[in-house]
Amino acid sequence: MHESSEALLSPRPKKSRYDAIVVGGGHNGLIAAAYLARAGKQVLVLERRHVLGGAAVSEEVFPGFTFSVCSYVVSLFRPHIIRELELARHGFDLIPLEASFLPLLDGEGLCRWSDPHRTRREVSRFSPRDAETLGEFSLAMSRLARFSKSIIDRPAPDPTSLAPRELLRNLRLARELGGMDADLAYLNHKLMTMSAVDFLDLWFESETLKAPMSVSGIIGTFLGVRSPGSAYVLLHHYMGEIDGAFRSWGFSRGGTGQVSLACARAARAHGAEIVCEAPVEKIRVEGGRARGVVLVSGDELEAKVVVSGVDPRRTFLGLVGEEHLDGEFARDIRRYKYRGSSGKVNLALDGLPEFTCRPGDGPHLRGDIAIAPSIDYLERAYDEAKYGDFSSRPYLNVVIPSLVDPSVAPPGKHVMSIFVQYAPYEIKEGPAHWPERREAFGDAVVETLAEYAPTLPDRILHRQVLSPWDLEQEFGLTEGNIFHGELSLEQLLFLRPAAGWARYRTPLRGLWMCASGTHPGGGIMGAPGELAAKTLLESREL
Amino acid sequence: MPIPSPFHERTAALCTSMRWKDWAGYYAVCSFDTSHEREYYALRHAAGLIDVSPLFKYSVSGPDAGEFLAQVMVKDVRRLEVGQVTYLCWCDDAGKVMDDGTVTRLAQDRFRVTAAEPSRAWLERYARGYRVTIHDESAEIGALSLQGPMARAVLADCCDADLDRLGFFRGTSADLDGTGVWISRTGYTGDLGYEVWVEAARATRVWDALVAAGKAHALEPAGLDAMDVTRIEAGFIMNGVDYFSANHCMIDAQKSSPFELGLGWTVDLDREPFNGQAALRAEKERGSRRRLVGLVIDWDALEALYAEHGLPPEVCSQAWRSGVPVYAAGGRQVGKATSGAWSPLLKENLALADVEASCASLGTRLDFEVTVEYERRRVPALVTRRPFFNPERKRR
Repeated sequence: MHESSEALLSPRPKKSRYDAIVVGGGHNGLIAAAYLARAGKQVLVLERRHVLGGAAVSEEVFPGFTFSVCSYVVSLFRPHIIRELELARHGFDLIPLEASFLPLLDGEGLCRWSDPHRTRREVSRFSPRDAETLGEFSLAMSRLARFSKSIIDRPAPDPTSLAPRELLRNLRLARELGGMDADLAYLNHKLMTMSAVDFLDLWFESETLKAPMSVSGIIGTFLGVRSPGSAYVLLHHYMGEIDGAFRSWGFSRGGTGQVSLACARAARAHGAEIVCEAPVEKIRVEGGRARGVVLVSGDELEAKVVVSGVDPRRTFLGLVGEEHLDGEFARDIRRYKYRGSSGKVNLALDGLPEFTCRPGDGPHLRGDIAIAPSIDYLERAYDEAKYGDFSSRPYLNVVIPSLVDPSVAPPGKHVMSIFVQYAPYEIKEGPAHWPERREAFGDAVVETLAEYAPTLPDRILHRQVLSPWDLEQEFGLTEGNIFHGELSLEQLLFLRPAAGWARYRTPLRGLWMCASGTHPGGGIMGAPGELAAKTLLESREL
Repeated sequence: MPIPSPFHERTAALCTSMRWKDWAGYYAVCSFDTSHEREYYALRHAAGLIDVSPLFKYSVSGPDAGEFLAQVMVKDVRRLEVGQVTYLCWCDDAGKVMDDGTVTRLAQDRFRVTAAEPSRAWLERYARGYRVTIHDESAEIGALSLQGPMARAVLADCCDADLDRLGFFRGTSADLDGTGVWISRTGYTGDLGYEVWVEAARATRVWDALVAAGKAHALEPAGLDAMDVTRIEAGFIMNGVDYFSANHCMIDAQKSSPFELGLGWTVDLDREPFNGQAALRAEKERGSRRRLVGLVIDWDALEALYAEHGLPPEVCSQAWRSGVPVYAAGGRQVGKATSGAWSPLLKENLALADVEASCASLGTRLDFEVTVEYERRRVPALVTRRPFFNPERKRR
């Protein structure tokens, strides 16, 4: 269906001048490039690493074992991007997760399935009342999620502008949101302001159910499940509903890098050039205007616009340089919060581990497996992080994609991807000391999981540990934040990444942003790349 | 009441959903679990194992077996080499399709015909004067369809066939865990895949060996629901769904010719007489009235209809086979869609439709009837090339 990734790449830029140069070959950069090329623009993508994808990357880290090195599930990839760029034809292929399994030290644990009756029976072992409330909760969340489509599939609304065009846009949005009845609107307000745990307390009584549900509120942020403002991310889990049959949550076949490669193939098919191992040293600014880029190799390339697919700090304080920015904007960019709080452990396994509470290799292993036995456990994990340590008993989100996608491991072997929170970038020794703590961190993760699956350590053939420091050094994620800046309310919508600059433009003419540091933010969603390109094409700059 | 297939002991133990259907008089699994989703993804990403024993199977042997089949079938099967399989259909004298199936040349003077419907009487009606023996081996042979990108790896781990040299639509005998089997590189999913034919008495042993070998390759037993989605993606028609056997039709309008079904490529017209030849020749000259086409139903329009009600777009995850009217763009009815499915892999809403020939060229925009919140509406659908899904690995 598609060719090998090598055929995608040019060894070096073929020209010295382009309409648009995209800095960074992550999925958003590639999507922006694909849309620009589709509009007939001459586009060049420059990627620093030897492999495309940014944090949506698959790498054969250990022979025969392909890891989704960083991001490991696809969240809400926008269906219209799949259609407009014909990504299915280019190899975009998602496999839905079958279950959410919470192993426990006592009893059988809790597994939530797509079969609602099965889930109800599971939950009723902990609380018969919760088991029935779950359906009500899902419906309320799905109803709320439907309104989020108006938000995530358009550039962020600008509540301060009085321009007629903006007022019209806001009016349209208000009309759509006006379809929300009063009860839903109140619930929405609570969701936006409460902590994940407090919000779930409104509905449920069982710790065992609430603990794994609450963690979706903290992923990638430096908050605890009891911190205000952590509830709204709960919505994310129900937003798959808005995409109907597209089921935009799942494993990507061949790892998350295949999503990026599908985007790259689409960009290439429309004529974009893509070059790897081409690190950019500087974005060249003259007369308050971006004119092109200077590569580390010394080569200079000109462009009508430069589109940055890297995060805001790297873009402005790194590639542009503060000397080209006005003070207030530079200050906003400096204060934009990253505070990476998570790490990643990837394991090559010579067989499946067995969970004591639910033995065997049944379908409970085919979704995500959460180590989140109680709310106090999660809060204690946060406590350690607050004072500059990684959690000795962290929250883990584990997937074994080789169970459904045999292409990522040799026959009978498996890959296990473990997302770990908390692993604060700012450890008390200082972030640069992470390399000395890295293996101890990896040990804590394996020990934690081994409490539930004692056979795991004996199954490990190879282990890759990524601290937030590694995420920054290797993947260019400032402070190891997986979302290019925290997805906290004060950094969303018209405030992402800075007030007044949420529409992919920057204070420098000819410089645009297209990645997760812009609205609607991180995750393998593709929306920033798409909206940036479409906004840019509507502007007169290209 | 249906009867068990030779694999029933194994499939029944796994069919926790209790979802069965009657396939040609046999119990057949719809899906082993409550949803067929896992089985579908296994077929497309790993391997699926489907019990296809209910297919009708006939051994046709004797010195004139080739001559005889060449007269009954639209394709000249005398050209088949030993070990070669072909897909074809057969017609009544009026050139209307009776059934479609495969013919395998097992030896110089021995063929196997597979069919969707009982066909012995039909075959025997034409056997007079040929030195040929027709034997219904349907109940004697169990058949498993092993389909998906890992199918070859699974088979390689449990049999001695030289699979790297077994081409598309070729077959070979082999030893599979001590059991003699016939393996053909065929299937109904449009993907890399094999069908394993085994004496019914040895069937469970072959199932066990394939399941054991499949463990390392993420193989899943799969039911007909999953297979139905894949066959739509492959653009394959089904007797009794997308067309009806000529001898079951009350009126001529219900019958179909090979050309109308898109099976014109299986017809070898220019040779000595065969069943339906004159009628087919005339139709070829005159042109067909109808054509079976692939449709891709517009998603944006469907989503917009749901949005009018404040709902997210919804499609059934199962393939459907209830007829749906198809219209010329903005106009009168020009045919019907006979089956379809949402393709999770292609992210497209697919259908097979029988339409007037004037509406059948690729790229033609038609209107497709949908029911949204109990309202009958129309959305655009585009005539699209079949197969919708056609991976390189199928033939490689």
